[in-house]
Formats: sequence, structure tokens, C-alpha cells
Amino acid sequence: MKIGVFVCHCGTNIAATVDVEKAAKAALNLAKVKFSTTYKYMCSSPGQALIKDAIKEKGLDRIVVCACSPSLHEKTFRECLKESGINPYLLEIANIREHCSWVHRDRETATRKAIEIMKLAVTKVTHNRPLEKTHMPIEKRVLVIGGGISGIQSAIDISFAKFPVVIVEREASIGGRMARFDKTFPTLDCAACILTPKMVTVAQNKYVTLHTYAEIEEVTGHVGDFKVKIRKKARFVDTSKCTGCGACWNKCPAKVASEFDLGLCKRTAIYTPFPQAVPNIPVIDRENCLYLKSKKCGLCQKVCPFGAINYQMQDEIIEEKFGAIIVATGFTQFDHSVYGEYGYGKYRDVITGLHFERMANSSGPTGGKIIRPSDGKVARDVVFIQCVGSRDEQKGVSYCSRLCCMYTAKHALLLKEHNPDSQAYVFYIDIRAAGKNYEEFVKKVQNEYGAVYLRGRVSRIFEKGGKLIVRGADTLSGAQIEIKADLVVLAVGLIAQNDAAKLAQMLHIPYDQNNLFTEAHPKLAPVETITSGVFLTGACQSPKDIPDTVATASAASVKALGLLVQDQLEKEPLVARVDKNLCSGCQACIKACSFNAIETKEVEDRALKRKRTVAEVIEGVCSGCGNCTAVCRMSAIDLEGFSNRQIMEEIEVL
Amino acid sequence: MTGDRSEWEPKIVGFLCNWCSYAGADLAGQSRLEYPPNVKIIRVPCSGRVNPLFVLKCLSSGVDGVLISGCHTGDCHYSEGNFHARRRFTILRKLFEYLGIDPKRFQMAWVSASEADKWAKLVKGLVEEIRQAGPNKLGHR
Repeated sequence: MKIGVFVCHCGTNIAATVDVEKAAKAALNLAKVKFSTTYKYMCSSPGQALIKDAIKEKGLDRIVVCACSPSLHEKTFRECLKESGINPYLLEIANIREHCSWVHRDRETATRKAIEIMKLAVTKVTHNRPLEKTHMPIEKRVLVIGGGISGIQSAIDISFAKFPVVIVEREASIGGRMARFDKTFPTLDCAACILTPKMVTVAQNKYVTLHTYAEIEEVTGHVGDFKVKIRKKARFVDTSKCTGCGACWNKCPAKVASEFDLGLCKRTAIYTPFPQAVPNIPVIDRENCLYLKSKKCGLCQKVCPFGAINYQMQDEIIEEKFGAIIVATGFTQFDHSVYGEYGYGKYRDVITGLHFERMANSSGPTGGKIIRPSDGKVARDVVFIQCVGSRDEQKGVSYCSRLCCMYTAKHALLLKEHNPDSQAYVFYIDIRAAGKNYEEFVKKVQNEYGAVYLRGRVSRIFEKGGKLIVRGADTLSGAQIEIKADLVVLAVGLIAQNDAAKLAQMLHIPYDQNNLFTEAHPKLAPVETITSGVFLTGACQSPKDIPDTVATASAASVKALGLLVQDQLEKEPLVARVDKNLCSGCQACIKACSFNAIETKEVEDRALKRKRTVAEVIEGVCSGCGNCTAVCRMSAIDLEGFSNRQIMEEIEVL
Repeated sequence: MTGDRSEWEPKIVGFLCNWCSYAGADLAGQSRLEYPPNVKIIRVPCSGRVNPLFVLKCLSSGVDGVLISGCHTGDCHYSEGNFHARRRFTILRKLFEYLGIDPKRFQMAWVSASEADKWAKLVKGLVEEIRQAGPNKLGHR
């Protein structure tokens, strides 16, 4: 055995804190290490060429690369070994950057630790075995969870490549948040004009299946073979018969606050969320339908000319298979009622940006009039408050929601256009207008639309004489400010959906302290997750505006397509294996396995001259977690790449 | 083991699951959070991979403290590996208590891939606790 050790400088990322030459020299003292060297960037092509040449010239047969985390370049170096004719699994990475040079300052300490990390890797590689990747079939279909702009764009992109896509949307219509917007910054395109054609395109696309009013119930399986249970909630309307004529909702006597319009108007119990809904088929809200509650009414059934109403309808659970999953579940709004200074959400004329958006919309609840919800009077003096919930570690979230500066500027502009006599006041902390033509847009709103920007926070809002008195400070002039406002609009931040963590747990993808889904790498793999075959798009990962959302949607689609175009899926061979001679057939491993990847098998015991039951791993199903190994009393089941012997010897050399 | 206590530095082994805690420690690096160098990380696919024998081996080889760190409950990449780990940890710790081994020497933590700060703090605290506990006299080294 001839082990080669390659120590990377990573520019100065490693070399500034770790004495790489000393580390390389120390490697030569380790058993079976025949060669060691350093290089500025081992992952670059000259760096890889260096490894390849050394393998050829020195006859190396196992490689340790001391560099960054294996999550970054383990694949790169495995490929490098493969190209040199060595089995790619005869490699170990010593993580001396993330776990060493970047977390220690003292050179001597860091060098000592780097050498220890290297020692572990050398010990481990000694016991690596040559392995071959296995191959599995791929279910050539994609599941898109969420039917907002993000999910719609993903589905359209995948349909271009002629692969079937299923969109699961929990609301009665696709369209998501964007369907509620009036105009979009900075171009002031009408949101409906750019979204609704896409909604129609996706619905008519023969490769796309829409499951609206449906939710994900369970996800099992793995990349290439996800098995997903989808709950299709009972609509009480037969989608095959309904034409969306509207006879039912015109007659329905039960009126409740419309969720789509944030309570600014009423909807009926049988309803479509908005006029351009896709599919244009209503649902009956079972909480509020008089018939479903108390068997009184039944009017919609009587008036439906197509006999489409069916009060007996039940939720239906369907199971489908997918090769890849795109998560496009979006965001929800921060609840500002935690802020006493803004009135704990009790003033009707203190609204959120989304309320403003609905009012500005000509097909919205006020027919495009920007008014005070309390008395319906036209709003003249309007105060906008930014960073509500965002950048507030005490009561909100620590991050910047990224779009509030822009949508507030847009609202100030729309206000002037709708009510020319009006005046907008914007309280801000910083203006963050980083995007193409964004800064110019904010300047335009200030200079051409006369919005007054005040740098400072609002300390209190209270009602007096039918107006809202807004008290705050202008920190630039040092003046205390009091504005008699008709309307206050809060730029509330974007937060994860309430049930985001539950979905993440179903999909086995990580999420952060704010329940936003975590990408595999913030820079190099922004739409991937560490769970192979699950991709992220849009605001479920972090607040994103429409351009960024659409861009990530297309990116996620490309990643999903990259999987689907393969004939077969390569599977890592780091799976469990049973030594049949040692196995006593106790089946403890079968109980410990969450994946049903272990079966029993009859073998002929030559010594005892009779049949014996032993465990056997189904390689294609084993996910390589190693839980079986820890329960085996005989140490008969072991994990490739993380074997008992490897770990024991790592402990030994420490 | 050197006799001079002033030169003694706690030696700690951390078994980190690949998906949450190892990635959390990676993020600590990416965020340049400084912490003591005493924890030597052994990467395992899942906290449930950690055989109790590994922990015994550590303590019998003179390691002063052992840490198993995995995904938060409910977040396991393999669904329920961390539940197995937790159950095993509880039993093993009871055994250590019975044997008179300071329970501080064997600890378990949940660190997610985004909790870099938690990881750095955990290491700092752990090193301090093991320093208080003193050298592991079970070790043959």
C-alpha cells in the first residue's frame, strides 16, 4: 500500500494559519505514506494534475487530500482518482479548512490540529475498500410543491423538456402571492398581466397536472424514486362537470371574510379565491357552508345547471411516484400585532403592504380606490413604516426581508397615481435597493412623486379625532416628528410558512432557526438541498422578489432535469454489508432499519450441515445511515466507508 | 499522560453526523467563529451509527471527553437515527454513572446545519467542563 498525502494551501485560507509544509513533512512519518506535497489550489486543474502525476510516477494507490470540507470537493477528487485509474473510493478528505484553519488563530495550534486531522484520514484510508457505484432506475416525473409564480415557472421549464410535472397547491387556485399584487417594481408591470398568462399556460400544458386544494401527506423513498401521498381535499364540486359559470357563488347566502383580500371584503362559502382563478372551479369551505354545517340551505346544488355540487365528497389520498421534487412553498407575512407602538394590530387604518396592494388593484375589494378601511374615506396623508418584523431580533426576525424597501417605494408611487392630492411619508432605517434599476426607482419616487423619506423609527401611533397620529424621530435632522395620517402602511417582513418545519421533516431537508429551508451550499449549490433530488426555489429558502424567484425556479428546474435525463441514477456504494459467517440471524438490524433495506435469507451452513437464516442488505434501498451496525451484537453488519474498524482505529491514533 | 497537570489539555472526540452537525461545524468555519482546538471530529453518516463500543473505546484509550452530535429530533436525515442514538446514549450514560465515570465526560448535543454559533459555543463549554473534570484516569496512555 502506497498512500499519497496532498496538502492544499487554498490560497491563504489554509496556509495563513496552518504550516502546510510542516504538515506535508509530518505525513511522511505516518505508516504507509510514501509521498506528500503541497499546492496552492489542489482542486484546480494543475492541482489535480499534480495528484494524477504523483499517482503515476510514485505508484500511489490511496490518496488523502488535506483541504476543505468533503462536502465541497470529495466528488472532485474522487473523479480525479478515477481518471488516474484508481478506484475513487480509495480517497479520504482531511477537513483542515472549515474545521481548522478558519476556526483557529494560533499557527502552532492550528498546524498541530491539522496534522491530527490528517492522521485520522490516513488511518481511515488504509481500510477503505474499492467500491463500485450501483445503478437504479429513475421515475421520470417531477413533483412541484406550491403553485405560486415559483412553482409555475418550474413546471413550465420542465415541460419544455417534455417530462411530466405535477403541481400540488394547497389553495383552490394556483397563482400564490403574486396573484394578489397590483403592480410589480421597478417596471410597474401589472402583476396579473404577467402572471395570469403563465397560469393559463401551465394549466393547458399537456405535461403538467395540477392538484389544487391538495396537500402533501407523506413522502418516502429517495432520489429517483420518491413515493408521495397527496391529500386532495374535498372540493364538494365535481371538477369534471363544473364549468365555472358562477351560478353557485352568486346565490350562496353564507358570507365570510375573504382570505385572498385579507378581510377587506367578503366571499361566499362556495367560492373561487379570485376571478382569474386557475382552475376556475370553486370549492366549498366546509367550515362555513350552511348545508355542510347544519344541512340547511343546499342552494348551490339547486342552482348548479351541471349537477356538479356533491356534498358527500370526501378527501381523497392518492399516491404517486416522482424522480425529483421541487419545493416552491413560498412565504407568509410577519404578524405585526406584537408591536405595541403600532397599535397591536387593533387600528383598522393601520394596514400591511399586502392590504395596500389589494386596494390599489382595480379588480380588488375597493375597485382600485386607496381608502381608509374604517370609514371608506380617501386616504390623503399616508405613512409607510419599513422594517416591521425584519431586522428586529427582539420581536421579529434578524434578517432583512429584502423587498420591503422596494414595495414601499412602489406603494408611495401608486398612492400618488391613485390619489394625486395625497402625500406619502416613509419611515426607514436604511434603503436597500440592490437590484437592476431599483435605486433609480426609489430616487424617482422621491424626486418625481414627492414621497418624503424620513430616516428613523416610529415610537407610537394613536387615534385622535378620526386620524392616526404617528410620532417618530427623524434621526438625520434630529427632529421629533408628528404626522396626522389617514392611513398607516406597515412594510411587514417575509417569514417562513407556519408549517415549513413539518414539510422539511417530511422531505428530510434542513431548515434554519427561522424555518427557512437550507440550501446545500450558499454559493455553489443555492437551489439544491443536501437531500439528493430535492430542490428549492423562491422565498421558502429566503426572501426573494419576483425576478430572483423566477431565476431560482428555472435553476431548480435545470437541476431536476439534469437528474431526469440520465438513463439510470448512480447510487453511492457506501451501504451496509452483512458478513454471513458472523450473522446469528437475530434480526435486530431489520428492526433498526427505517428503510426496510434488510431482508432475511436462508444460507447453507457447511459446518453445521443445515440451513441457517441470516440478514441480507438490499443495496439499492440501503441509504447508508449505519443504524443497523450499532445494534449488531456480532458486529456482523458493517458500513462501507465508515466501518467499525476504521472508526476504532481513528480513535486509536488520536 | 503527562504528570504535569498544567500542561494537560483536554482531548475530546466528537462524533458528528454528516448532515446536521458536521455541516454546522463547516458553517462555523465559513463564519470564521473561533473555538478551542480540543475536539477531534470523526465524521459519521448519522448519530445512530455510533456504536456504544466506540465511546467505551475512546474512554479506555485516554480520551477525556466524548461528544455525539446529531440533527435535532424530528430532523434526522434518515428519519429516526437520532432517536436510536438518544436511547443508546441514555442507557450508556446510566452505565457510566454506575461505574463512577463522571457523566460530563459523555455528552450528546443537537446541532443543525445552520447552527454554527451553537457549535462554537458548545465546543467552548465542553472544553471548559472537561477541563474542570480533569484528565481521564481510565486511559492507558
